[in-house]
Amino acid sequence: MADFIKNTKKFFAKVKQSIKNFFWNIRRILNNGKRRIGKFLDKHNLNFASKFPGWAKALVYLSPALIVLSIFTFWPIINSFALVVYENYNMTSNTITGYTLFGNFITVITDESFIVPASHTGSSAVINTLIIVFISVPISVLLALFISAALNSIKPLKSFFQTIFFLPYVTNTIAIGLVFAYMFKTDGGLINQLLSFVGVDTAGLSWVESGAVYWRSMFVLIFYSIWASLAFKIMVFLTSIQGIDKQYYQAAAIDATPKGRIFTKITVPLISPMIFYILVTSVIGAFKIYNSIVALFGVTGAPSGVDYNLQSIVMYIYQFIDGSNAGSLSVAAAGSLILFAIILVLTLVQMQVSKKRVHY
Amino acid sequence: MELRLENLTKIFTNKTGAETTAVSELDIVIESGTLVGLLGPSGCGKSTTLFMIAGLEKPTGGKIFFGDDDVTKLAPEKRGIGLVFQNYALYPHMTVYNNILFPLENLDVPRTEAIQRVKEMANLVGIGELLDRKPSQLSGGQQQRVAIARALVKKPRVLLLDEPLSNLDARLRLQMREEIKRIQRETGITTIFVTHDQEEAMSISDKMVVLDFGIEQQYASPQSMYNNPDNIFVAKFLGNPPINTFEAEVKKGHLMINEHKFMKFDVPDGLYDVGMRPENFRATEEGFKIAIKDIFHIGRDTMIHFDFNGSNIRALVDSDNIEKGQKFVHLTIKSERVYIFDKKTGEVVNHG
Repeated sequence: MADFIKNTKKFFAKVKQSIKNFFWNIRRILNNGKRRIGKFLDKHNLNFASKFPGWAKALVYLSPALIVLSIFTFWPIINSFALVVYENYNMTSNTITGYTLFGNFITVITDESFIVPASHTGSSAVINTLIIVFISVPISVLLALFISAALNSIKPLKSFFQTIFFLPYVTNTIAIGLVFAYMFKTDGGLINQLLSFVGVDTAGLSWVESGAVYWRSMFVLIFYSIWASLAFKIMVFLTSIQGIDKQYYQAAAIDATPKGRIFTKITVPLISPMIFYILVTSVIGAFKIYNSIVALFGVTGAPSGVDYNLQSIVMYIYQFIDGSNAGSLSVAAAGSLILFAIILVLTLVQMQVSKKRVHY
Repeated sequence: MELRLENLTKIFTNKTGAETTAVSELDIVIESGTLVGLLGPSGCGKSTTLFMIAGLEKPTGGKIFFGDDDVTKLAPEKRGIGLVFQNYALYPHMTVYNNILFPLENLDVPRTEAIQRVKEMANLVGIGELLDRKPSQLSGGQQQRVAIARALVKKPRVLLLDEPLSNLDARLRLQMREEIKRIQRETGITTIFVTHDQEEAMSISDKMVVLDFGIEQQYASPQSMYNNPDNIFVAKFLGNPPINTFEAEVKKGHLMINEHKFMKFDVPDGLYDVGMRPENFRATEEGFKIAIKDIFHIGRDTMIHFDFNGSNIRALVDSDNIEKGQKFVHLTIKSERVYIFDKKTGEVVNHG
């Protein structure tokens, strides 16, 4: 028996060696071929690769990505700048009645549910989005920082906990949204059951269904978007915290630095480039919020039977995109350009602030 | 403040349960205000010893005393030590000023006094003009000084230096060596200095401990350790060029070399390891005649290679006494500069 095992091992070692030899020889043959081709090209002065400058070669290699990006990103962006100045653009007949510089912007800005809260809804897309951005992003970034610092200091079952906190990232957003909607159900929802358990009267206390007040459904939405975005942030922060040299912590320990000061004075500054990156990307991401609202409240963006709307800017833009009415596509373009401007300004502000606060 | 290690032991256990003894029953008393070099080849447990004194490693056994206080179980922050790390561990996002101020922010020090102390310390180590810079804008030697200032600013009871010069280039190393010695003298702080470089340890230390595999080999002042090594390990570890060692027999009280009587020694007959330092040989008119195998003239000195009992021996003699192409030379060596070691234990047998 022992002999058999020994022989099998020997056999597999042999197989492994011959496979490695095979690939080694293949590489030799290929390299040889390459050298021959190169020699031939050099001889007949045909070697264009060496004649092109480096950047030209780089452009050739980048061209597949550039082509796709131009078709699906750059061209639409240019087009939306064009669309904004069209008056009554009809998509099917491809006709316009004239040009306007600010007409479409004015239509959007004065529209009842974009910036100005509509009289019959009491909410607007921009206000909704700003609330979501300015509440959910700071909370989720801070929370992710604390959780990753705590996770980093856990010793037993470390990877188990890290997996748990990363699970939401690999789960479908819509599915989590449906679970949330179910948890916040008025009758028999988990949250209401918990609340009644601690003695709160939950009869008719609705969160995402008819009768829910604006702030209650907003709370659920913010709670949901924080939770859904937490996993990725924790992962980024945790890896950067683990990359910090242990000696800084040993030095701090010898200097009797309290835990809180170690966190604020060493951990946070040392991972500040990552915090900045997360901050910028999640502000942009939060401004583009769309599917979490759909997951919780459906495409209307509102619980049934309420007088407000939880529409985000992107949802507002989206309703014009079908282009069935003349000029609606231009309105959508104007809305997206406004969103673009808001994000641009905010990112520039963040970059300015980061110059002082971020240590590379 | 006196620092005392009693039976200090550290055993590392890896995942499979195999044990490695990093430090074994170390018994050392470090007098107040002295600079002690902890010397040994890499992996001999010197950094582990230092980290145990700092409190960053927990000893498996034994005790550590600062003066009369038993600090063995004390957390590092409560021990009142300053530690300079091998790569300095300066906080990269803080200026030099903030780096030095950082330890004081955690202590109960009035702000004006703290600032005063930072400035004093910066001037002491010679970086008074660099307080606004970030560590990345400093040279290695300057970073080193900042690290020392940061360790000293809280007026620690003990200063610990973990291979502080190993990241510097050769010239800067010499300069910083003297600088550390000066700072230590001026502050009068008890200092432990870990290094694997015997020359560095010899030049800087008041006393040195030589460790090998976690076992103390000798604890003495550098010069006496050099002249009177306790065993063959210490003799081999100190000195550059290294000591010559070879096998030789003592017959009837005479050390036999190349089948001739070399010198009389009061040791029992038998086979021994013999050590002779290259620079202790003298070329004279009379003396032990040897056949020169090779000569290297290196400026002031001349290195001669020859055979003793089949081993290649090097002697460093004055260039004036040797001529080019010389085939034979007469060498002498003082009997107290000949070290005879027991073959089994490696202990020296002809020195007190």
